[in-house]
Amino acid sequence: MTFKTLTAALSVIALASASSAALAADGLTITSWGGAYQKSQQEAYFKPYAAKAGIKITEEEYNGEVARIRAMVQSGNTTWDAVDVDAATAQQGCDEGILTPIDYSKFGGKDKFVKGSTFECAIPTIIYSTIFAYDGDKIKDGPTKIADLFDTKKWPGKRALQKTPFGNLEFALMADGVPADKVYETLKTKEGVDRAFKKLDTIKKDVVWWEAGAQPPQLLAAGEVVMTTAWNGRIFGANKADKKNFKIVWDGQLQDWDLWAIPKGVKNLEASYKFLQFASSPEPQAEQTKWISYGPALVAATPFVQPDILKDLPTAPENAKTALANDPVFWGDNKEELLKRFNAWLAQ
Amino acid sequence: MSVDTMGALPGAIEDKVSLKAKLRRAERVNRLRSLSLVAPLLVFVLSIFVLPIGMMMFRSVENPEVRDTLPKTAAALAAWDGKSVPDEPVYAALAADLAQAQKDRTTGLVGKRLNYEIAGARSRLLKAGRMVEAGGAGPWKDKFLTSDKEWGSVPFWAVMKRSTAAYTPYYLLTSVDLRQDVAGAIVKAEPDQAIFLDVFTRTIWISLLVTVATLVLGYPVAHLLAILPAKHANMLMILVLLPFTTSILVRTTAWIVLLQTNGVINDILVALHFTTERAQLIFNRFGTVLAMTHIQLPFTILPIYSVMKSIPPSHLRAARSLGAGPFTAFASVYVPQTLPGVGAGCLLTFILSLGYYITPALVGGPQDQMVSYFVALYTNKELNWGQASALGALLLFITLALYAVFNRVVGIDKVKLG
Repeated sequence: MTFKTLTAALSVIALASASSAALAADGLTITSWGGAYQKSQQEAYFKPYAAKAGIKITEEEYNGEVARIRAMVQSGNTTWDAVDVDAATAQQGCDEGILTPIDYSKFGGKDKFVKGSTFECAIPTIIYSTIFAYDGDKIKDGPTKIADLFDTKKWPGKRALQKTPFGNLEFALMADGVPADKVYETLKTKEGVDRAFKKLDTIKKDVVWWEAGAQPPQLLAAGEVVMTTAWNGRIFGANKADKKNFKIVWDGQLQDWDLWAIPKGVKNLEASYKFLQFASSPEPQAEQTKWISYGPALVAATPFVQPDILKDLPTAPENAKTALANDPVFWGDNKEELLKRFNAWLAQ
Repeated sequence: MSVDTMGALPGAIEDKVSLKAKLRRAERVNRLRSLSLVAPLLVFVLSIFVLPIGMMMFRSVENPEVRDTLPKTAAALAAWDGKSVPDEPVYAALAADLAQAQKDRTTGLVGKRLNYEIAGARSRLLKAGRMVEAGGAGPWKDKFLTSDKEWGSVPFWAVMKRSTAAYTPYYLLTSVDLRQDVAGAIVKAEPDQAIFLDVFTRTIWISLLVTVATLVLGYPVAHLLAILPAKHANMLMILVLLPFTTSILVRTTAWIVLLQTNGVINDILVALHFTTERAQLIFNRFGTVLAMTHIQLPFTILPIYSVMKSIPPSHLRAARSLGAGPFTAFASVYVPQTLPGVGAGCLLTFILSLGYYITPALVGGPQDQMVSYFVALYTNKELNWGQASALGALLLFITLALYAVFNRVVGIDKVKLG
């Protein structure tokens, strides 16, 4: 490469990055989890807001890699103006000081949101749950209890679980007879953790592990597993988009939040807040439920949700009878140890 | 050019010296010129490769969190005997530090770091931080003890004190399933926390299996390529190189389609009535080694082929005419000459296999995840870059050590890549 071409190439790169920076200046870059979930956000938030505010919204996808936010913030080049995070990431990002503390006064205060869902550095958008599902076309009289997920005698065949201790330990204890409100209390003791792993041992050889949210519906569709844990919206999405007949078992569902966060050092904090205000208003939140079956985090959005959709939400009274809410503080304290133990257990 | 110094006149000595100096000068210019030619690459490698890797490896011993956030506590703990519960000054220092940390929003960072060694430290620290923030004055010791009785635990303070050091062995020790006990002695990690030695062994074992598989499959193919007439050889070569140009992700996904329970291979086996049970060919060691072998084949074949190309066919004919049987001739004349290529191909495949990530992640089971998987996990999801660096550094060290052994046994100078 001669010196001339090198300088030419460098100037092209400089131009390209300058123009992308210029693009970003009058638009927003928003990152979420892809798949059916991001599609629902496109329809409910991104498209309407872009039209309303007259700006361009650039979308990116990630799989919860909080490292990408940290790298951005530390290099002083924050390109994501808003990012959808789960509760664990919201907390981790807050600890690390890479997320902007949320000024709830811009949203009418914390009590506008479902109780217990507001985080210091992230504002709740939906409530989702990890459930387990099966293919109604293959099993007529399907499983109904969380214990069935662990019952290989009655329901032989492979199951898919998420490759993380998060959720699986809770399911194992509930399947072993621990009531939902005692699960975290039990997990705080060594005996409780032993008990959960012992229960997981019983199905270990029948487990296929998934890592991305799009995998469970695929595994079910391919007949690779008879049942799988999944995020409830992904199952709903597969039924809607691919005309599947997957059935959700709500017993022992693990509820958790998705939240909007603003990485530190965004170019235009005001613009990020404006988008979050739009995304935290009742009509768009209700609109999102038409695309994916996640419950709105805004209390005022519920009356706008169509009644026939309500029954598919994790928060529907019928579905939430035995629901367990994720305890991010417990996981913040114990994730390190439980993750190592989980990986040690996997390798045995 | 030859300089004849025979029968040299007096004074030729000086001439010689100046001649030497001249020669050195001339060579220096040449050296500088050649250096300036490699300089761009050298600067590139140093700045893009060596420097970042060095900085990343430094993270595996760096320990800034507690030291930077709780400086007063660190100073107060310096005089602590480590046997009894610390006195009021330590708690007062901690309160002052935490008040500042709450302002800077760095309490969580310290909590996270301590939590690596003591489960529960994170929320204990955050709680204490909120307590200090709420105001009030000392004496602090009782206040801390009421907030959480663990603040009166000697082992907890021992870890606190240890964490105030600028450098920590914690990450490197964890990478080899060791830990420091309360007294600071190095002991084995709890069995349920010991994962990494197993992961390293597995990584090396899988890489070995793949290397052997590519050699067994690749050697005959390379031989065929080398002896066929150009027309056919080119056709074969395209077949070898074609997968080379497809992305690893695509090839790995193709294996999923082939191997899954209701995949092509199982369908064929069942249709032909070979089996009634569908075989588990994927999400296990078999699938991992198969897919990796497929991806690594060209890397093993090409160096072997290029060496075989350079062996004159007359050698074999000469051996036969001297009375060797076909097998003896092949084994004692042909194979030894191909060894440099075999060495190069195998070394390349082995070292590349050590770093595999995406293929085991997609077609392997949980027992087939290699070191890279954990490096990625700690880097991307857990944000524990110290642990990720320690694992990476250890893998680099193992690779270099194996390379050194290879060099000792085979000799890197004998290796030919073409």
